[in-house]
Amino acid sequence: MAIDWAHFTPLASLAGGLLIGLAAAILVLFNGKIAGISGILGGLIASKQAAWRWLFIIGLAISPFIYGLVHSLPSTENQTSLPVLLIAGVLVGIGTTASSGCTSGHGVCGLSRGSLRSLVATISFMSAGFVAVFVVSHLIG
Amino acid sequence: MQLIFAALSGIIFGLGLILSGMTNPAKVKGFLDITGLWDPSLAFVMGGAILIGIFAFAIAKKRGETILGENIMLPDNKQIDRKLVIGALIFGAGWGLSGYCPGPAIASLFSAGVQAAIFTAGMLVGIAIYKVFNSRKG
Repeated sequence: MAIDWAHFTPLASLAGGLLIGLAAAILVLFNGKIAGISGILGGLIASKQAAWRWLFIIGLAISPFIYGLVHSLPSTENQTSLPVLLIAGVLVGIGTTASSGCTSGHGVCGLSRGSLRSLVATISFMSAGFVAVFVVSHLIG
Repeated sequence: MQLIFAALSGIIFGLGLILSGMTNPAKVKGFLDITGLWDPSLAFVMGGAILIGIFAFAIAKKRGETILGENIMLPDNKQIDRKLVIGALIFGAGWGLSGYCPGPAIASLFSAGVQAAIFTAGMLVGIAIYKVFNSRKG
């Protein structure tokens, strides 16, 4: 293992993490809801409480434009082909629905609550992520 | 009132994702590339978020009701089963393949071209597939 110092951004990542925590705090303390993105997405249709979900998702989707008012958006790089992105999206949709959570619901909110179930989920999806990148970057690529 | 806080939470969540580097798929893959050139930055995202989250959920649990006076419903499912583990493994595989998880995909939907849109479309199809499969089984 070698550290990629050129791309290492501990302060920006920590600050971003604090904002994500603040967002989760607002949602639970004012609305009594868990900031789990996959769960919120899954309840957009045919849910009795769809309105707040739509507003959360719209807020999330327009956040780059609000960010852009203050600061130019950080550059991003995505070399994944469209067919792979589509397949990956389907896997993420199926997987997060089956396990009732993603990086936010299990990884942030669940771990903050001290949920063992979320810890198991987080270890599982992190491990699969490590393996997927290893296979694509080092075995195939 | 709740709707305003939901939108505010979504916006702040997105700003955090953008600032942290989570909306950059190459950076996410760099974080997951532990056997190659590893970028540990995203561990700080989770650390920062949990640092605030621990206090927020402790307060929520103690109060039992929101600041607006409504009930707080926290998940009470403690079951660790195959569905949880296999689901999380499938999710992790898709996350590693694409560098996107659900939050960053939505936060990139209108700002990162067709790639985030294709991923999001796949994700919504995946959610629907599982829900249909599950309702037929149950």
